[in-house]
Amino acid sequence: MSKKRIIVVGNGMVGHNFINTLATSEYASQFEILTFSEEPRLAYDRVQLSKYFSGYTAADLALTTESEYNEKGVIFTLNDKVVGIDTHAKTITTASGRIEGYDKLVLATGSYPFVPPVPGKDQDHCLVYRTIEDLEAISASAAVSKTGVVVGGGLLGLEAANALKAAGLETHVVEFAPRLMAVQLDEGGGKLLRRKIENLGVTVHTEKNTKEIVAGEECRYRMNFADGSFLETDMILFSAGIRPQDELARKFGLELGERGGIVINDFCQTSNDDIYAIGECALWDNKIYGLVAPGYQMAKVAYNHIIGNLITHIPSELAFKGADMSTKLKLLGVDVASIGDAHGRTAGSQSYVFNDDIGEVYKRLIVSADGKKVLGAVLVGEAESYGTLLQLMLNNMDIPGNAASLILPATDGAAAVGLGVSSLPDTAQICSCFDVTKGQIQEAVRNGCHTMGALKEATQASTGCGGCAALVKQVMDAELESMGVEVNTDICEHFAYTRAQLADIVRVQGYSSFEQVLEGHGKGEYGCEICKPALGSILASFNNEYVLKDGLIGLQDTNDIFLGNMQKDGTYSIVPRIAGGEITPEKLIVLGEIARDYDLYTKITGGQRIDLFGAQLHQLPEIWKKLVDAGFETGHAYGKSLRTVKSCVGSTWCRYGVLDSVSMAIALENRYKGLRSPHKIKFAVSGCTRECAEAQSKDIGVIATEKGWNLYVCGNGGMRPRHADLFATELDDDTLIKYIDRVLMFYVRTADRLQRTSVWMENMEGGLDYLKNVVINDSLNICEELENAMTKVVGTYQCEWKTTIENPEKLKRFSQFINSDKADDNLAYVRERGQRRPATELERIELVDLNSK
Amino acid sequence: MSNWVSVCELKDITPGTGVCALHNGEQVAIFRVSANEQLYAVSNYDPFSKANVMSRGITGALGGRVMVAAPMYKQHFDLATGECLEDAEVSLKVYPVRVNAGQVELG
Ligand code: SRM
Ligand SMILES: Cc1cc2nc3c(=O)[nH]c(=O)nc-3n(C[C@H](O)[C@H](O)[C@H](O)COP(=O)(O)OP(=O)(O)OC[C@H]3O[C@@H](n4cnc5c(N)ncnc54)[C@H](O)[C@@H]3O)c2cc1C
Ligand code: SF4
Ligand code: FES
Repeated sequence: MSKKRIIVVGNGMVGHNFINTLATSEYASQFEILTFSEEPRLAYDRVQLSKYFSGYTAADLALTTESEYNEKGVIFTLNDKVVGIDTHAKTITTASGRIEGYDKLVLATGSYPFVPPVPGKDQDHCLVYRTIEDLEAISASAAVSKTGVVVGGGLLGLEAANALKAAGLETHVVEFAPRLMAVQLDEGGGKLLRRKIENLGVTVHTEKNTKEIVAGEECRYRMNFADGSFLETDMILFSAGIRPQDELARKFGLELGERGGIVINDFCQTSNDDIYAIGECALWDNKIYGLVAPGYQMAKVAYNHIIGNLITHIPSELAFKGADMSTKLKLLGVDVASIGDAHGRTAGSQSYVFNDDIGEVYKRLIVSADGKKVLGAVLVGEAESYGTLLQLMLNNMDIPGNAASLILPATDGAAAVGLGVSSLPDTAQICSCFDVTKGQIQEAVRNGCHTMGALKEATQASTGCGGCAALVKQVMDAELESMGVEVNTDICEHFAYTRAQLADIVRVQGYSSFEQVLEGHGKGEYGCEICKPALGSILASFNNEYVLKDGLIGLQDTNDIFLGNMQKDGTYSIVPRIAGGEITPEKLIVLGEIARDYDLYTKITGGQRIDLFGAQLHQLPEIWKKLVDAGFETGHAYGKSLRTVKSCVGSTWCRYGVLDSVSMAIALENRYKGLRSPHKIKFAVSGCTRECAEAQSKDIGVIATEKGWNLYVCGNGGMRPRHADLFATELDDDTLIKYIDRVLMFYVRTADRLQRTSVWMENMEGGLDYLKNVVINDSLNICEELENAMTKVVGTYQCEWKTTIENPEKLKRFSQFINSDKADDNLAYVRERGQRRPATELERIELVDLNSK
Repeated sequence: MSNWVSVCELKDITPGTGVCALHNGEQVAIFRVSANEQLYAVSNYDPFSKANVMSRGITGALGGRVMVAAPMYKQHFDLATGECLEDAEVSLKVYPVRVNAGQVELG
């Protein structure tokens, strides 16, 4: 039997989703799949497009790769537009002149940005926002512009405004309607959103109808509005809505809607049975769906119908039945959500409104005439209840308890009104991006996915917009519980708590010793090598006492207990702090002299400082005395604590530097040195976007811009590198430090044992948005406490080595033997490139032989 | 019967830590697991890392057995018997130890 030929026109998000479903299905071998893309690359994540401006590359956004398509046998042609369809011969023609036959043709041509027919709109620096090429053009234009205007105050327009602002432009939004996001928000919500966005420095102009774009006086252009007013700008970004890309259907006789869009039936067939249309180009029940989830749903329907028609000959029952257009997103850092009937248009509907001008939160809940069902909602400024409200609406469930409490802020002590996931039907769609139901999540959990990571991989749930993450986790946890799987998060057999819980216990009870915690909350009388260092670290984080103090010393791990890093032969390395990597020649000479005198192997570390290896226990105090006398301090290379703050040379010398990165790095290193934390913490500060200090791979990364510091958090090098997330932009010195104080203390309080900030972030419910909310908006009302805790640590800093060498009692331990001055006789070295290193086992045997001869 | 030799004073060993003594040419790790006079003594040589470092390990208990975790790669050794909890083939030599009039003595 010859293979069936499917041609997919357009390789956007939905076209790719269709191809992926078909190419990975059990019927894949019976098909030949061809796809044509007008764009120069295969499908990428348009939903996350704006991340391009925070450093994502085209490769980061890609949904697939050419090699993946090759492996799956998908034949693709890029940069070639389909320009003709012959419905009788069942062929298509491309711009390059290719003609290919099909059994079924799938149109997934998406949409294009609508540009209002304003005279002057076709000039340079008048752009749109849809493809990676558009973004490249925007970047190029922004680089030579000072002011930018976005035409259109809808969802995409505000995203575009964010991009312009991030690019450092003075940003304006011009909207025709009287308010922002008129489709999704009511008046109150639109008003608050406007206020919030204006506070962020974006100027909003509503009820403005652009008449023409002419040459400007101060800027490149002047936009003249119908009401006689005008606005000067260097660039213009049109984001006034989208139009379905129905060009092919129009030219080749497929039925169109009155205002465009390719008409489809419930099986996504167009007026020609062998031609399907899916995604944003398709018009179902006179509606275009401008979101990706309904497109994926259509792809699934079309796939099933094609299989039924060509292969199994069993008619598919899966039909497209419309889709929910609720959305939750973050616009310029403001949480905005719109659910169902946001405008209260349903007959007899009633609403509750909560408006907090001080906290800048607006919520409106629309309920049915009988007050029992949720019909819709508008949330601005805080959208945590989105998941709950959406499920109540989608599943037509009765409102549990008092409806008003669904939007009222949780009062102290009382838990926020949530929705027990157990009350949801199994068919409830939890993840709308990938159409994953509660039942599917439960099944995956039963099949062994016991972590969010595994679950995401198996079901794709929560890998799109991420809006469903909290709910997915609740379903998983509930299922695990019902399976009787004890999710054992106990730190060890002595404490039935997680590290975060132990941290709370220590903090709230004000404990200062391991014994107090063990007696009050643990089992047994000794503890072990897991709980002792963990509690040692927690006690140090909050109390910041000398770690070798009696009572604390026994808690210290291998390296901390002798304030050095133990090497493979039992000797130690010495790493003095060289804040920001800046060092005077005098200090370099001291290091050189000490290294020479003690014959220490010397190496520049990956953290911009100098490591001296091979010191024996009894030598450590002598060496440190010399270092301390020369003005050095401990570098905490041994501690789960701040390691280094890398810097680039910055504005003092570098011809590109915009801020003094070295001074900032030194200030940060000196502020946080000595802070004990769940794992080590690394920082870097770069003087401009060239990023020579590699700040985006650090737990805390700081990059200078013309307008202040950009703060990145939760990056990681090491075993599993993670690109840091952009956390806040254009900060002044004080705000930068304030945010870092808060982030670090929140990490100290809530992370697991030996969990770097990267993994902490990945496991945090609500992720980056949640962290921002806690740190920037003080949503938990703990920022003052966090700052005070950090102030305490900063104020109680001591150089542990200085304290140690001043304390003769403590020095007794620094020798190989308690009863002899002899050295360990098991050490053996060879010389390599002029320095010594531990002998290998083979070399040891030879050395012994030599000695005995 | 063994000859008890004094190696240091009890107060030289901070509760919760260990020290190493040179005893008849052998390196012996002596641990004081808690604040009382109970001591344990085993060989200071870590058979896994092949370095003389056992006295620098963290002590504690696992399933009721008092143990020390090797500082290098964290294998556990039963302090009473010297047995390695992860590998029955490996064990540390155990030495008699006692406190006599404030002196720590090895036998
Ligand atoms: C000395 C140094 C290598 C060098 O010669 O350059 C080094 C040496 C060690 N690293 Fe490192 N790391 C060193 C820079 C790094 C860097 C680069 C950096 O900081 O810019 C990284 C990747 C960046 C990062 O951490 O995100 C790095 C990622 C690791 C990791 C993996 C951490 C992770 O999250 O995946 C470990 C293992 C661990 O911590 O569990 C580790 C652990 C270690 C340990 C502590 C292993 C051990 O337990 O003995 C090494 C002993 C240090 C010693 O004896 O002094 N080291 N290590 C560097 C010391 C920098 C300093 O001045 O303090
Ligand atoms: C900045 C931005 C943010 C967004 N945010 C969200 C969001 O948060 N949530 C959400 O759900 N949705 C969001 N969307 C919408 C979402 O991206 C779209 O719904 C989705 O991409 C639609 O997929 P599609 O395959 O139908 O169209 P597209 O992804 O546009 O793909 C169509 C492809 O077909 C190509 N093509 C067209 N005609 C031809 C032809 N004749 N021959 C060959 N190729 C052709 C086009 O060049 C294009 O590559 C956003 C969109 C943008 C631009
Ligand atoms: S990051 Fe910028 S300022 Fe720093 S050294 Fe590199 S180019 Fe210069
Ligand atoms: S709803 Fe978007 S990822 Fe689940």
